[in-house]
Amino acid sequence: MRRFILIAVPFFWLLALFLVPFVIVLKISLSDIALSIPPYTPQLDLTDGWAGIKAFLSQLDLENYIFLTQDQLYWKAYVSSLKIALISTVLTLLVGYPIAYGMAQAPDEWRATLLLLVILPFWTSFLIRVYSWMGILSNEGFLNQFLLWTGIISTPLVILNTNTAVYIGIVYTYLPFMILPIYAALEKMDGSLLEAAEDLGCSRSSAFWLVTIPLSKSGIIAGCFLVFIPALGEFVIPSLLGGSDTLMIGKILWEEFFSNRDWPVASAVAVILLLILIIPIVLFQRNEQKQREMDQ
Amino acid sequence: MAQTVFAPWDDPQAKPLIQFKNVSKRFGDFTAIENLTQDIYEREFFALLGPSGCGKTTLMRMLAGFENTSEGQILIAGQDMANVPPNKRAVNMMFQSYALFPHLSIWENIAFGLKREGKPKDQIEARVDEMLRLTRLEKFSKRKPHQISGGQRQRVALARSLAKAPKLLLLDEPLGALDKKLRQDTQFELMDIQEKTGTTFVIVTHDQEEAMTVSSRVAVMDEGQIIQVATPAQIYEAPNSVYVADFIGDVNIIDGVATPEGDGYRIAWAEGQTPFVAKTATRFSEGQRCHLAIRPEKVGISAERPVDMANAVAGQIIDIAYLGNISTYHVKLANGQMMKAQAANTRRLSRRTFTWEDQVWLSWTDTAAVVLEN
Amino acid sequence: MRRFSWFNATSLTLGFAFLYLPMLILIIYSFNASRLVTVWAGFSTQWYGTLLQNQSFLDAAWVTIKVAIASSTIATVLGTMAAYVLVRGGRFMGRTLFSGMIYAPLVMPEVITGLSLLLLFIGIGLDRGVFTIVLAHTTFSMCFVSVVVSSRLVSFDKSLEEAALDLGCSAFDAFRLVTLPIIAPAVISGWLLAFTLSLDDLVIASFTAGPSATTLPIRIFSAVRLGVSPEINALSTIMIAIVTVGVVTASIVTKRSSLARQNDEQAAARTT
Repeated sequence: MRRFILIAVPFFWLLALFLVPFVIVLKISLSDIALSIPPYTPQLDLTDGWAGIKAFLSQLDLENYIFLTQDQLYWKAYVSSLKIALISTVLTLLVGYPIAYGMAQAPDEWRATLLLLVILPFWTSFLIRVYSWMGILSNEGFLNQFLLWTGIISTPLVILNTNTAVYIGIVYTYLPFMILPIYAALEKMDGSLLEAAEDLGCSRSSAFWLVTIPLSKSGIIAGCFLVFIPALGEFVIPSLLGGSDTLMIGKILWEEFFSNRDWPVASAVAVILLLILIIPIVLFQRNEQKQREMDQ
Repeated sequence: MAQTVFAPWDDPQAKPLIQFKNVSKRFGDFTAIENLTQDIYEREFFALLGPSGCGKTTLMRMLAGFENTSEGQILIAGQDMANVPPNKRAVNMMFQSYALFPHLSIWENIAFGLKREGKPKDQIEARVDEMLRLTRLEKFSKRKPHQISGGQRQRVALARSLAKAPKLLLLDEPLGALDKKLRQDTQFELMDIQEKTGTTFVIVTHDQEEAMTVSSRVAVMDEGQIIQVATPAQIYEAPNSVYVADFIGDVNIIDGVATPEGDGYRIAWAEGQTPFVAKTATRFSEGQRCHLAIRPEKVGISAERPVDMANAVAGQIIDIAYLGNISTYHVKLANGQMMKAQAANTRRLSRRTFTWEDQVWLSWTDTAAVVLEN
Repeated sequence: MRRFSWFNATSLTLGFAFLYLPMLILIIYSFNASRLVTVWAGFSTQWYGTLLQNQSFLDAAWVTIKVAIASSTIATVLGTMAAYVLVRGGRFMGRTLFSGMIYAPLVMPEVITGLSLLLLFIGIGLDRGVFTIVLAHTTFSMCFVSVVVSSRLVSFDKSLEEAALDLGCSAFDAFRLVTLPIIAPAVISGWLLAFTLSLDDLVIASFTAGPSATTLPIRIFSAVRLGVSPEINALSTIMIAIVTVGVVTASIVTKRSSLARQNDEQAAARTT
């Protein structure tokens, strides 16, 4: 009996507050916008009994999805989000791996401090960290002032409110999520494997590419998923650092919901985003499961 | 000092404390215990001995209540343990890893089980003090497990498991983590405590020396079954199978064909060689294949052919293992088979009679060997 | 064989500079006397003053703290239960679904979670306010807590629980008296993680707060949409300072206690 409660409480909580909402999103994506509170129709009225349910179901349609495929904006936004998320993930990997590698190669006494230095930004507010770049990348911002002062440029660079700022923002905020899994994988690696490789004739750099990189693969994969999946649906970074021509689906969804008050279309946007993400999410879960089994 | 022989298993009136009745245990496709029936009596120090995977730990965990039987019954003091959870059994266990609670002091670790019983404070204090004295840990009662050594932790685990004065104590490889000298001392301590407290001990071990030293009876297990249960002396001198003979101590196994002769048997073991002579209670028919098992210490080694030994065979010393107090001679017989003979080093090194490549004679009596079935 | 090469040293220096420079610049600007944030006009702490007098910020901060404490506490309880189920629960019907529901929120884009929760609340006619934010934060936080606690449980020595059972504990008592005290650091980390996530959340709070509830992130966001603001710089500096003190303290405390433990173990090994 106790065991049942132990399983049931979190299970039903998540069922009610995580899974069921998705079903509702699906349902509303099939509804129409209306001037009512809430602003969609039809609404499920169980007092009519079975006839009511049938009438309800017959009013659902795929109108919103068709609308999404017709209007160029959405199609472009999905592609643009995928592009931005992919590029950002690769950039974060390129910046993060050397840092993680440096940490793994550092002397033992430094490790705890280095870990602390990586974790500190992680605990600091996400919003503040994104905000901090606004003051740096703007036309009168720190970066331009510095470059103008040293004479490297003569007119300010326009970075804020462009896609470039978004890339910088994503790399900056998601960097700890890339560094930590890679560091964990590198730290676990048996150093004598590299010695064996060199003993068998590898140069330092080929030992790195042939031994270290493949063995840190699980960390790389985990880090990439931890960046790519949330970045795809990012809202705050494109909103604060991106421009009006920065098309990201998270921003579109927000605007659809809050500005246009078109809940059915916003829901359809969410459903399609979810469908795009299902494969990466399942792969991420599988990778985590595999890691756990290997550790046990 | 007169010693009464402790052998309740021979007494038809004695009631066993533990009864396994046709117990089987399966994990998915894998059968860990196969139709096992065995009685264990009160005040026994019963050893379950066998290699890894033989099922001894599973058997113990079923006694503790951490596993259920797939088939069969386990009775403790006549009560069926089928639905009795571990916290409701009068059984306590000493874990291989000691499982001391790291966040509690030694005193609190030992008191843990007593507090669960809801005993009054002064009784708990008295009992914990008694246990501390029994295991000589009085000075460490306030310390935490990580502040004491491995040997001391082992004693805490023992004290904690005895605190509730259980009828049955299970010990899971209790001495594995100790070094050799400490292990020997602790073995005798365990036996002492067992006698003093009158508790029934069931010990699981893969170390046959340990089993032989401490136990009143040893059960040799293999692949989920008990092959032989007997006192250490009987197991050693009268193994019932090649497996048991080989598992315990060192043994020479010679294959042969038996022919009844007089009140014993002649065992033909190689062409052109004199057959060996052995006496055994087991019945063998003419021409039946059998194994002759002789312990190396019962094989005499000499330069000349001995005149009055029932069995004698010639060979050449191929190897000598010098162990300080004894030497084991590896001797190659005429048919290429190796035999081991062990002799005490009664003389000093320089005056030793045998060396490598010497031609020697090995000999033993007609009752020194055991004849085992195929 | 670890060789700390020039490449390693450079990448670490550049990397940490990249991570910390923006925050340092922010802190410096918060002491800028000029309202034009990027034009330095002298050192001043005036913005801290105006910030602390700004009632809407203080109200939002109070709501945020209330929500964070409530949601992280409930999330810790639920997340620990979930972790126990995942690690010790064995096989049961719906286990794959359960583990899917625990891992998916870790990476789910917040706009989706936020939207779906809001639609749920409206669908069942629940008025939005502090309560709905707490429900929302608890839901995604418990998944993070469960990941932290379950990774501790996996390495937890099961024989300690068995020993407790063997000595007479019921399953719940064994958890309460033995398991919980030992995994406490992981549970506390889980709580802190849930607290931080709640404190910091913008998107989900925006969806699930009503007109009556404003959290600090919502307040900050509406301020900075229009551009950089000196009060926000001051607020950011305060938040960074609090987090830094917290993380550094925690790290010192953990290091001290692990050092003490090492010393004890070495001392014990020298005696018998």
